[in-house]
Amino acid sequence: MPDGNPHMFDHLPKRPGVGYKPQHYSDILENPGAVEWLEVHAENYMGDGGRPIAQLRYLAELFPISVHGVGLSIGAEGALDADHLARLKHLLDWLNPASFSEHLAWSTHGNHFLNDLLPLPYTDATLARVSDHISQVQDVVGRRLLLENPSTYLAFDTSDMGEVEFLRALVARTGCGLLLDVNNVFVSATNQKTDPLTYLNEFPMDAVGELHLGGHDSDADDHGAPLLIDSHGCEIVDPVWALYAHTIELAGAMPTLIEWDNDVPNWATLAAEAGRADAILTKVAP
Amino acid sequence: MNSYQSEFITALLDPDKAVPAGLSDPQGRPAGSRFSVYRNNVAVSLTEALKTAFPVICKLVGDEFFQAMAGVYLRAHPPKSPLLMFYGVDMPEFLTGFEPVANLGYLPDIARLEFALRQSYHAADTQAIAPKVLQAMPTDQLMGATLQLAPSARLLQSQWPIHALWLANTRNDAPKVQMAAQDVLVVRREFDPEPMLLGTGAGAFIEALGKGRTFGEAIKTAGTGFDLTAALGILLGGGVITKISKGTVT
Repeated sequence: MPDGNPHMFDHLPKRPGVGYKPQHYSDILENPGAVEWLEVHAENYMGDGGRPIAQLRYLAELFPISVHGVGLSIGAEGALDADHLARLKHLLDWLNPASFSEHLAWSTHGNHFLNDLLPLPYTDATLARVSDHISQVQDVVGRRLLLENPSTYLAFDTSDMGEVEFLRALVARTGCGLLLDVNNVFVSATNQKTDPLTYLNEFPMDAVGELHLGGHDSDADDHGAPLLIDSHGCEIVDPVWALYAHTIELAGAMPTLIEWDNDVPNWATLAAEAGRADAILTKVAP
Repeated sequence: MNSYQSEFITALLDPDKAVPAGLSDPQGRPAGSRFSVYRNNVAVSLTEALKTAFPVICKLVGDEFFQAMAGVYLRAHPPKSPLLMFYGVDMPEFLTGFEPVANLGYLPDIARLEFALRQSYHAADTQAIAPKVLQAMPTDQLMGATLQLAPSARLLQSQWPIHALWLANTRNDAPKVQMAAQDVLVVRREFDPEPMLLGTGAGAFIEALGKGRTFGEAIKTAGTGFDLTAALGILLGGGVITKISKGTVT
């Protein structure tokens, strides 16, 4: 059993961070640049030991860490996986991270885990179920959860409220916070033909504890309409940077994560993206 | 009422199934290829996870073949847990029954070896005993002793030259593969698991120790031709022995 980690990072700085990739371990230690905190996917650190956990334990002494779950399936129709919740609690207990977040999505049904963030209809029934699940998670782990807005590619005919309204209601019911992924706002707004600025202007910024920025791919649907795909595999595009600047104007400085999970670039490229966020943070919210 | 998530997941895993009803584009038209984004995400991410887990299998069958095979595997064996680091536990059995690779009889054992390396990589950290602790024990006490082995140590016994095949597909300077039955012990000194080739009887010896047999009983199990010094060299050198419980002297 790993030791407790009584470090002093009890919150994320309102500065740039990056999604941690093991191949950047030495680079981060030598030259972090504008990067002041790191985010890890919870599920990658649920083994019993070995290098991943040793590295994380060391990094947590130097940087505030955000634990970002990708496997809890908070939107599942069924009950939450108690074993997985226990593993999550164990990780959060020993690591004592500065922040903990998950997704408004589902990925597990019955005995199957599909490893994707699958969409939900925004209805009263979904709201009740997701609220119960968030409350259960917060009770078990003893921490506030930040819930991330999804990238969506289609809409449910049964949805009868907007996503912002839905997230607002979740915050009111559970006391959870929100993780605002600005790239997801742009991707979903393009795919759903809505206005990303309206989305941001209506978003409850006082509940936001962290921002995400990432790259996406461009495709087209059956009718030739643009279809953006959240891929985290390339640089952040200019319209997303513009939305980010707008978000900072609305919300003030925020912990801002650069996500690059596929075709992971070298450290210099990733650090340059963090530098770009730093420039906006410094300019808009000095 | 049917659960929409059941319907969604069934259609995700089966591209021949129709896109579930009630999913639309912004004009209210059926979602069509928009649903394929999810299908594609699932297939690509799980294929990637399998490639990461089984690089030698991928090399042996070729990238293109592996991709196609992964597509079959992930539909027959979707993950049962969000711990994708352990996705692929059913790969050895799958390969045994997968007709197109029926002529590559060694593939299932290579998959077992690759999965063992992965389990070892994520296994709990342990403190090995100092070799002198064992070396200093009086023989009669040692013969009655039982050993505790590190969870990062993984034993594989094969009718195939799995160690040679693994080397040949991971190292540039590996010797030519000769047909032989090979037993392997995966050891992890600090963080990097390594498959160690075992000599005659060593697999049986280590298996017996792992089952809690005494040192003396394990030697008997190993049979003739067993080189105890070599086996102990691997166990002590690999930091595999984490505890010795003294036996009763009789």
